[in-house]
Amino acid sequence: MSGRARGRKLDRRKATARILARRGDALLITGLGSPCWDAAAVGDSEKNFYVWGAMGGAAMIGLGLALAQPSRRVVVITGDGEMLMGTGALATIAVQRPENLSVIVMDNERYGETGMQPTHTHYGVDLAGMAGAAGFPVTETIESMKALEDFIPSIYQAEGPVFAALKVDDAKLPMVLPERDGTWLKNRFRKAVVGSLD
Amino acid sequence: MARKKQSSKTAASWPDDVYRVFVDADVRQVAYVPDAGHARLISRCEQCRRMRAVPLTTEEEGVALLAGAWLGGERGALLMQSSGVGNCINMLAMIQECRFPLFTLVTMRGDWGEFNPWQVPMGKGTARTLDNAGVIIKAVDDADRVAETVTASLRLAFGTYRAVAVLISQRVIGYKEWK
Repeated sequence: MSGRARGRKLDRRKATARILARRGDALLITGLGSPCWDAAAVGDSEKNFYVWGAMGGAAMIGLGLALAQPSRRVVVITGDGEMLMGTGALATIAVQRPENLSVIVMDNERYGETGMQPTHTHYGVDLAGMAGAAGFPVTETIESMKALEDFIPSIYQAEGPVFAALKVDDAKLPMVLPERDGTWLKNRFRKAVVGSLD
Repeated sequence: MARKKQSSKTAASWPDDVYRVFVDADVRQVAYVPDAGHARLISRCEQCRRMRAVPLTTEEEGVALLAGAWLGGERGALLMQSSGVGNCINMLAMIQECRFPLFTLVTMRGDWGEFNPWQVPMGKGTARTLDNAGVIIKAVDDADRVAETVTASLRLAFGTYRAVAVLISQRVIGYKEWK
């Protein structure tokens, strides 16, 4: 396997904005690093839970939430490095088959927070292929805004679990930091979703 | 080859008691990496219509799963063997930072009557590892006290938003006979 030819790729922040513009009542989990900054740049919501650490855990947090809230859509937006650290979650999610869960990977083929080192996807590892092989019924690798626009309804309406890898460019964007206190973020989210902490 | 020698007659019934405690405490998601010591409890949870049993590929997935479950209003429990504790450390950092309630039931290896030397390092380090990760530990070596310890620990975890681990000694589970 070799690195992909470098064509024009998606702007991750525009892609996040387009996805979240249609979120309605959906609940959002963001994996550490740029997916958190992207979601904060698009606009904070009490229905966002920003995971500032716990690398490899975002998709599984999404699964627990999706099982607990089967009538709501749960969207996980994370990075390729974060997803690669927990690829076993693809198998675990596929076995549970939550219809209301969508996992979106903003795949810049880089570890963005640590010096832009190439990740395994840079060398050809196909995350959507892995999700499909695990048993996700809907999987896609998206390389253009047009393809993204066509796919967005699936993120919210397809019988999931849904997996999409968005090939985004590796431009360094201004950091937009959401709140970072974990206890505050978790209590805010739970109150917005459930109404109480008990 | 691997027959289990149990410490007493009551040893056989503690999984049923724990299952009833889970039902009473409204535990809805039961995540697990299998262990022979958990086999009966896993089976009871799988058959229960009120619970979702979630097999994991590695224990840290369960820590993240149950954080998500709580965010969505459901209580859960993580069943694992002591070896799995080592797989959970970084995910437990999130539990500590966010003060998520977390309950885990850990069956010990490398403990009472162990034969496999490869089980000893993680078994010996289990309690210290959990303690370092901010988890409250309740150890049980008497089958008759497992259910009450689980009851109290669930109450502690979900009442005070803390991580609590109940460690069940190999004395309760019985050790492998290697023949």
